[in-house]
Amino acid sequence: MKEKVESFLHSKLSNYIFKDETVTSNIPTYFIKSEGIVPVVKALKEDPELKFDFLNDLTAIDWLGKKDPRFEICYLLKSPKNKHFRIMLKVPVEDGEGVPSILSVFKGANWPEREVYDLFGIEFINHPRMDRLILPDNFQGHPLRKDFPLEGFGQDYLISNLLHIHQED
Amino acid sequence: MAIYDKTETRFRGKFENLPEGHILVNLGPSHPATHGILQNIIQLDGERIVDAEAIIGYVHRCFEKLGEKYDYNQFLVCTDRMNYVSTPLNNIGWILTVEHLMQIEVPERVTYVRMIISELSRIMDHIICQGILGVDLGAFSGMLHMFHHRENIYTIIEKLTGARLTTTFCRVGGLERDIYPEFSQEVNQVIKGLKPAMDEFKDLLLRNRIFNDRTAGIGGISAEEAIAYGYSGPNLRATGVDHDVRKDTPYMLYDKVDFDIPIGEDGSVLHRALVRMEEMYQSIRIIEQLVDNIPKGRYHADLPHSFLPDKQKVYTSMEELIYHFKIIMHGVKVPPGEYYLATEAANGELGFYIVSEGEKSPWRVHVRRPCFWFYQSFTDLIKGGLLADSVATMSSLNVIAGELDC
Repeated sequence: MKEKVESFLHSKLSNYIFKDETVTSNIPTYFIKSEGIVPVVKALKEDPELKFDFLNDLTAIDWLGKKDPRFEICYLLKSPKNKHFRIMLKVPVEDGEGVPSILSVFKGANWPEREVYDLFGIEFINHPRMDRLILPDNFQGHPLRKDFPLEGFGQDYLISNLLHIHQED
Repeated sequence: MAIYDKTETRFRGKFENLPEGHILVNLGPSHPATHGILQNIIQLDGERIVDAEAIIGYVHRCFEKLGEKYDYNQFLVCTDRMNYVSTPLNNIGWILTVEHLMQIEVPERVTYVRMIISELSRIMDHIICQGILGVDLGAFSGMLHMFHHRENIYTIIEKLTGARLTTTFCRVGGLERDIYPEFSQEVNQVIKGLKPAMDEFKDLLLRNRIFNDRTAGIGGISAEEAIAYGYSGPNLRATGVDHDVRKDTPYMLYDKVDFDIPIGEDGSVLHRALVRMEEMYQSIRIIEQLVDNIPKGRYHADLPHSFLPDKQKVYTSMEELIYHFKIIMHGVKVPPGEYYLATEAANGELGFYIVSEGEKSPWRVHVRRPCFWFYQSFTDLIKGGLLADSVATMSSLNVIAGELDC
């Protein structure tokens, strides 16, 4: 199965491949250019033999000081037709760069993409609502970035806002 | 995301442009019918839901950030607090991922105990879900009846781990301590009491006219939609798709035991209830195959560098003292690499993704929470239905706030 995916990516979608690099992982990993993620995911989903039609997971990794570009968006796809075989697609992006949203291909990418935006500060282009999902609107910073302190910036600025609303009432 | 500036303006705008006769209802975050800190802002036309919006994040503790600072055994404590209805399942999922990454083979005795506790926890979780569904529809007796037996399972877990809710079950390389001598006998006793109680519980709910009328065809989702949203577990199986991680990509000894995957048809609240009910019987079937054959032997793998030695030996032997110090101070040694392992938790596919750089703590931990993926479709499920049905839909989805926000 792994060879099939590899030959499929290299024959039909070779201009979207970012780099060939092997990752020590139990799941075959491929690096995709950010402009190519939507066509690649779509092709993998619609190919009658591969049929990666289940978006298993969507997250990101911050490689601050370890890799360049800094972030990697990870798309875990599953093919229930082929004994639930999983592959990982990674899209390396620089800080401040946007990634096309795959919402048009997978409906379920809605909240995970918003979560990545919330916790990493990576914007997804063409997402209908790129707001914070989990944290408050006026939260400062993105906590899963490596340069965000573990203890955060305190809660005073969040609470003062609420106190202000109470006083108005 | 609590209501702050941006959200406030958003809803104020919505409120000011409400059509004639419509009202906005704020359901949650602390509401008896939400069973957890979940907030839904619902636009109503009479009793019918026109539009809804789910707001989450009230229980967010950012465990993924903590995971980057804790070592591999410490993060176990965080997994306790994710799905707090069936805690051991999270513990086992995390420990299995770390063990696979370290390529540790544990003795069969450990795997047997882990599987028995997994299935007991699954029953525990389903009892809560079914019971709460009954409570929301006005049938309180079912839940009270089953709670007696859930308490029996809790007693076993308490005896085994020392805690009821935050079990911190297992350690990397085995169990924290050996099982107590009467373990098998007690599990058998619990099952013996559970079986007739489950038959009664099943009849109480599923042969009740009101329950059937309130649940049949409510909150349904088609198989294609469910897959598109990333559903897994009983909620996906209720739509007629036979995905179960225990069968698809077996871990532990699930390929050696005999059990069936129940599936539903239309994915409605009733079919979710039917699937969960049957799954409890299948869990009992798995336990019965294991409980009398627990092999004798060690309760942990022979790994002096990553499994804490006997406390008695730490005081008397030099070598054990050094290992004890090394494990406490430097954690277990995990090779660099990435690993994603999916396990079947009570709500669906619970996946742990570890990116290790070979240090004391992982570089990145990510948890694929089943609740997070299917709860995003909740607003679609309730649109067009009655307000009272939305409560039944929510409790049948079994959304656990601790797991949702992580």
